[in-house]
Amino acid sequence: MDIPYTTSARPDTGLWNAKIGIWLFLASEIMLFGGLFSAYIFLRLDAPPGYWPHGLLNVPVGTMNTAILIASSVTVVLAWAALKMRQFARYKFYMGITIVCGIIFLFVKLYFEWPDKFHHFGAYIREDRLEKYEPYLGNHHLREKGLEMRREITGHLHNEEALHDQNVHEYEIQLDQVNAAPTDPASDRPHFWPLPKTDKIAHVAKEDVERATMFVPSHSTFFATYFTITGLHGLHVLGGVLIFIYFWLPVGANLYKRNPEHLANRVEVAGLFWHFVDLVWIFVFPLFYLL
Amino acid sequence: MNETQPAAPSHGAPIPADGGVLAEHAHPPLHGSGAAVDDHVHDVSKHVKKYLMVGALLLLFTGLTVFLSYVDFGSMKANMTVGMVVATLKAGLVAAIFMHLNAERQLIYRVLIFTVFFVAALFWLTYFHWYDPILR
Repeated sequence: MDIPYTTSARPDTGLWNAKIGIWLFLASEIMLFGGLFSAYIFLRLDAPPGYWPHGLLNVPVGTMNTAILIASSVTVVLAWAALKMRQFARYKFYMGITIVCGIIFLFVKLYFEWPDKFHHFGAYIREDRLEKYEPYLGNHHLREKGLEMRREITGHLHNEEALHDQNVHEYEIQLDQVNAAPTDPASDRPHFWPLPKTDKIAHVAKEDVERATMFVPSHSTFFATYFTITGLHGLHVLGGVLIFIYFWLPVGANLYKRNPEHLANRVEVAGLFWHFVDLVWIFVFPLFYLL
Repeated sequence: MNETQPAAPSHGAPIPADGGVLAEHAHPPLHGSGAAVDDHVHDVSKHVKKYLMVGALLLLFTGLTVFLSYVDFGSMKANMTVGMVVATLKAGLVAAIFMHLNAERQLIYRVLIFTVFFVAALFWLTYFHWYDPILR
């Protein structure tokens, strides 16, 4: 038996079924991401001074990924329009670009952005030892300027065994620019282009440290929310890409030969999902990368 | 109107996969696919231009968001507001144009009103940052 109302409107709703279905689904998706964003706001507002890291993510890469997602939103709507105009070759072309965009987005996330974080180290200094590390933190300078204080020393961890080995008593950190020259006005605010690590090495005693980890979810509420939201978002991108690939394969061509309007509607519904994924990213990008 | 659609389009002739534009009479008229949806070839191609423009605008706004985040508006709060206003504008464009919400059927709006209400409730919870009934 065929699914009813795939192209014609159901009299009581005035819509073909999948259209109302996808909107009900998106309504629940809005609640899912809404809850996470609400948690983000709450955690950020309640973070004590110096505990919400800023400028740790790679802005040019984030900007590029934003542009890629936006471009893919355009191509998916063009793919749908091509189907509406019964131009199948065009549809395949635009859908192909959409799929490639989605894959590039995921690739950048999984092979560049996340691993880059996993190899970055940060040590939060205990409240009563902040003075001792003043040359790396520059809090006097920040206080004078009315800027938020620093509690963390970040960079590349030279002696990774320090993370597990009880007998190693200090972390040897190759410093990020911000901790190498903390009173330099250039360090007051994050930069668009990430600055390279310096050659300066700091030795931070374990007993002076409140918490020290790689940039993994347990590092801070910032990274916990970052990995949760971008991870869930990434799964949505993956889901979208898989569906698009399915429509791009001969399954799509066969459906097109049987009932082109049905394929157009399916692509429209998948496209609505894809635009929603884009829409979520439009908020993720400024909240995590920029502000 | 017949309550189930025909299992296959009544014209029967196979559609060329090379994307030839079909004569309109070959298809049963479309129903209820939203006002933004149109079976007329010309109308959709008119939309295509709009989609490209909106895409360009979104890219422009992305650049603007990045640029504005490096402008000091006096406080974190002010910068946050500016960033979120631009993001909301972008989201509005995506929802209105790409997702056809500028001209949708009544029922979809009725569904979304509930969503808006409950999402607002979720965000209202952040109010407890300023007033905590337990730790107060």
